[in-house]
Amino acid sequence: MMEEEFRSIRIEKEICHGCMSCMRICPTHAIRVHSNKASLIKELCIDCGECVRTCEYKAILPLTSSFSEFSKFKYTIALPSPVFYSQFGKEIQPGILLEALKKIGFDDAYDVACSSEAVSIALQEYLDSNEGPRPLISPYCPTILRLIQVRYPNLLENLIPIESPMEIAAREAKRKKMQELGLSEKEIGAIYITPCPAKMISILSPPRKKHSFLDGTIAISEIYPSILQAIPQITTKNDVKEVRGLGLGWPIVGGQVASLKAEECIAIGGINDCIRILEDIENGKLRDIQYIECHSCPNACVGGSLTIENQYIARGKVLKIVEKYGSQPCQEREYIRELYRRNFFSQLGKISASPIKPLDDDISKAIQKMKQKQKILDMLPKIDCGICGAPTCETFADDVIKGLTCADECIILTVKKFESMSGNLFETAQKHSRKIKSRWEDEKK
Amino acid sequence: MDKTFTRTFTVVGNNFTDAGKVSTEIKMILKQLGINSTIIRRVAIASYESEMNVVMYANKADISLVVSPSEIQIVVEDVGPGIPDIELAMKEGFSTATTEMREMGFGAGMGLPNIKRNADIFNIESIMGKGTKLNITVSLN
Ligand code: SF4
Ligand code: SF4
Repeated sequence: MMEEEFRSIRIEKEICHGCMSCMRICPTHAIRVHSNKASLIKELCIDCGECVRTCEYKAILPLTSSFSEFSKFKYTIALPSPVFYSQFGKEIQPGILLEALKKIGFDDAYDVACSSEAVSIALQEYLDSNEGPRPLISPYCPTILRLIQVRYPNLLENLIPIESPMEIAAREAKRKKMQELGLSEKEIGAIYITPCPAKMISILSPPRKKHSFLDGTIAISEIYPSILQAIPQITTKNDVKEVRGLGLGWPIVGGQVASLKAEECIAIGGINDCIRILEDIENGKLRDIQYIECHSCPNACVGGSLTIENQYIARGKVLKIVEKYGSQPCQEREYIRELYRRNFFSQLGKISASPIKPLDDDISKAIQKMKQKQKILDMLPKIDCGICGAPTCETFADDVIKGLTCADECIILTVKKFESMSGNLFETAQKHSRKIKSRWEDEKK
Repeated sequence: MDKTFTRTFTVVGNNFTDAGKVSTEIKMILKQLGINSTIIRRVAIASYESEMNVVMYANKADISLVVSPSEIQIVVEDVGPGIPDIELAMKEGFSTATTEMREMGFGAGMGLPNIKRNADIFNIESIMGKGTKLNITVSLN
């Protein structure tokens, strides 16, 4: 499958020190460290960016676009994640930041928060009018989406088929500019200003459809310095577009459900808690819950690995922004409902599963391999020391069965082997020395 | 050569913190064996419900997973009070869960009937004062 070809991170072997921090933190055990260099098992990676965040040496690079790639477009539009508004001083209005984006080289900047508000209204409509499986799960964190594709294919049907705010915003921004400037879609580049590397994956391989309306991403952390410089240059405060509405709250945990009227909604931040919840849903629990907002990052997008501001401070700023600009809606509810009925927000097509590869495609062989794995596992100390280059004894046993490493890599197994070998050696030596001794004594007589 | 894979887990009664762990492990094994996801879901629900029954009502139990190329079996053998009236316990909505348990979302009376619904073959034996044995089979063909 195409999407197996690229993931949102890349490990620079030259820079890697082999410290194993990334291997230990990866929630899906997608990293191994052999010969002092980390390597990625792409099919297991879910683009969460935990490794990017943790690597002290900056050896793990997020996949984003570079500015030079955008020269191919006649016109470029920046679409900042609403997280962007929380990265600067409290007094800086969102509208000014849109202006700053234009100052640093984009032809236009388009607010995504307003589309988030529209999507919230569409979510409510969907919840009200569709029976189907419950709980419905939000598909807007690309990491969670991929986690479901890889580990919980059973739950793909629980993903709510409403398009993401960033896609809706890109489609609208492009449509307007095409009309206004007489350009074709290909001539306009829509660039998402992203808090995390995972968003790039939903652009490169959008889950349900063939192509995304976005053309690339730039990390918030990358444009941060130039935006800081650009802010003081914006003087025409009166011309600044007003950004408002509840969509401004989307980048924090609970931002999506805040505008839903259904009571039985929950919001979860953090990949491990999300895994726990998905396990519960797979076990048939939580059927009374209508909608679950899931974020891979503990503080949702304000804590993305490509942000600058401390996530707790950024969260506080989002709350302030919502207080200041959130109360007035930016969308007309009736109009959005009408758009919803015309399928404006529908995500068509099916999301495919990318399940973990079984030990073998043939079940009988897989069973035999599982037994071998169990045997190896029984010999291992289960202390997850990591010296073998795998994050846990269990993954090490998997790797041995899959032929990715050999049992000797485990220091405990090697010591045991050495002990039994040296035991034999000692016995043999004793036997020989006894023989020699007795012969020597015989000869003395 | 033995064509089956067997693994036995121990579950302790009243240990709500670990409730669900065995089902999670069972699912992981089935995923690695390449079992179809609809079947995994049925086994997951059946094993989770059994695990919860042990946590709520029994002292302890051994839960065994036996996978052969043609079927998956979950055998739950608990040491506990036993079930006085199996027929009644098999009725939809019947539950002896305490109010506290129910407030926590456990024991909505989904247990046994829900297990049966997800199994192809379901057997239950119970001896008062000794314990209960469930035999859940899901066919792979
Ligand atoms: S965190 Fe991983 S990539 Fe970074 S230096 Fe350590 S082993 Fe290498
Ligand atoms: S991005 Fe996440 S899943 Fe992928 S290797 Fe890094 S820590 Fe693991």
